[in-house]
Amino acid sequence: MTDPLPVPVQARVKVRIPSQLRPLSAGASEVGVDGGTVADVLAALESAHPGFRDRLFDDSGALRRFVNVFVADEDVRFLQGLATPVAEGSTISIVPAVAGG
Amino acid sequence: MPSFRDLLKSTKANIHEVDTAGAAEAIAKPGTVVLDVREADEYEQGALPGAVHIPRGFLESQVEGKITNHDAPVVVYCAGGVRSAFAAETLQQLGYTDVVSMDGGFNRWKDENRDWRTPATLSADQRNRYQRHLLLPEVDVKGQQKLLDSKVLLIGAGGLGSPAALYLAAAGVGTLGIIDMDVVDASNLQRQILHNMDRIGERKVDSAKKTLTGLNPDVNVVTYDVRLGADNVLQIFQGYDVIIDGTDNFPTRYLVNDASLKLDIPVVHGSIFRFEGQASVYLPHVGPCYRCQVPEPPPAELAPSCAEAGVLGVLPGIIGSIQAMEAIKLLLGIGEPLAGRLLAYDALEESFRTFKVPRDPECAACSIPKEDLVIAEYDQLCMPHPIAAPANA
Repeated sequence: MTDPLPVPVQARVKVRIPSQLRPLSAGASEVGVDGGTVADVLAALESAHPGFRDRLFDDSGALRRFVNVFVADEDVRFLQGLATPVAEGSTISIVPAVAGG
Repeated sequence: MPSFRDLLKSTKANIHEVDTAGAAEAIAKPGTVVLDVREADEYEQGALPGAVHIPRGFLESQVEGKITNHDAPVVVYCAGGVRSAFAAETLQQLGYTDVVSMDGGFNRWKDENRDWRTPATLSADQRNRYQRHLLLPEVDVKGQQKLLDSKVLLIGAGGLGSPAALYLAAAGVGTLGIIDMDVVDASNLQRQILHNMDRIGERKVDSAKKTLTGLNPDVNVVTYDVRLGADNVLQIFQGYDVIIDGTDNFPTRYLVNDASLKLDIPVVHGSIFRFEGQASVYLPHVGPCYRCQVPEPPPAELAPSCAEAGVLGVLPGIIGSIQAMEAIKLLLGIGEPLAGRLLAYDALEESFRTFKVPRDPECAACSIPKEDLVIAEYDQLCMPHPIAAPANA
């Protein structure tokens, strides 16, 4: 018998949208959504503003390697990836690599 | 009315004096500050190694900036021990608790064949030009001399390279290398402040050289009117202390990263897009590298260049200036470099945020021995990976 998986607590969080993706969020630089993990939060963002999934995830459903997603100031790639839990009131930042000079 | 002799006698009664042997013993202990209160022309001919120099006339106004710990042991000297006695008394009045004056001064120290050297000095013109730097204890003559002896390479004389090069030249960084194969176009002038109307059609590196040497004749500008590629990157990078990456495309950024790892040269990264900018510092094999932060570049359709997407002209001014600041900090070894951190600037919000960038233990480039790194030409996907395919058995 295994322990049941903990049910992530639904939290209200802020997602920061970079300017290149703001056309998808009707120009908003910040979107408030609910979710218990980074995956939940990004799914909720997709529901509210369709189009983010294609920009953030590759065909296998993994986060694209040129987009850094931070919970507060920590890169989720070095935490638990999409399973990283988010706390009430935290800020999730989407920061795509840019190359202009 | 007391005479000079009376005044000196009463001063000496209020302070502690040591002979040169006692001074040498105190100086050998870590944490002891050596203070030279002679005039600049005396100091420049020879001084105790590592001495802080404040002519006695500026002692009261400058010492608190240069000796911040009032409880640090201080050995003061002048040429013979008279000015240093008065200086020691002044230091005590300013609250310095552990001050001694070296009897016999620098003359006796030198006669006894004790260790001294000719300090790095600046010309009168340089002293005037860099005066605001010299007032900073973190820079001073020693730091300024270090900048004058430093070599910084700028990748690109465009939006980011312009402000970075201007500030580095103004700061007196002695050698500035600039790589760019473009010519000046009128559409550059909205943000590329190295260039101007008279330079349209001219090679950017030549225009940059004119502007920079016009600003500061101390700077030797080395120009590379070439496309940076796998065939020339190591040869060009060799010998530079810091690289400023202000290029405008992903393949070059990966090439710069891999070559800097190979040669162990720090890179100050800057990149911009529309109203947003990013900056970071990559210290090879110490902090994360560019591939730790961005393991793969976006496909071309998701990474429009500034030529396609636009950029507000002031934005590279801000990010390029931050790059110049980080380069100078690295050269001087002061402050906290922007290593392991990504600074993200949003002009519309006027906000700066910093995110942590850890070193990736599985990074394709910086987790392998630098000898195994292969510098290759990158395609739009910045592949091949920086490690060579195993040779066929």
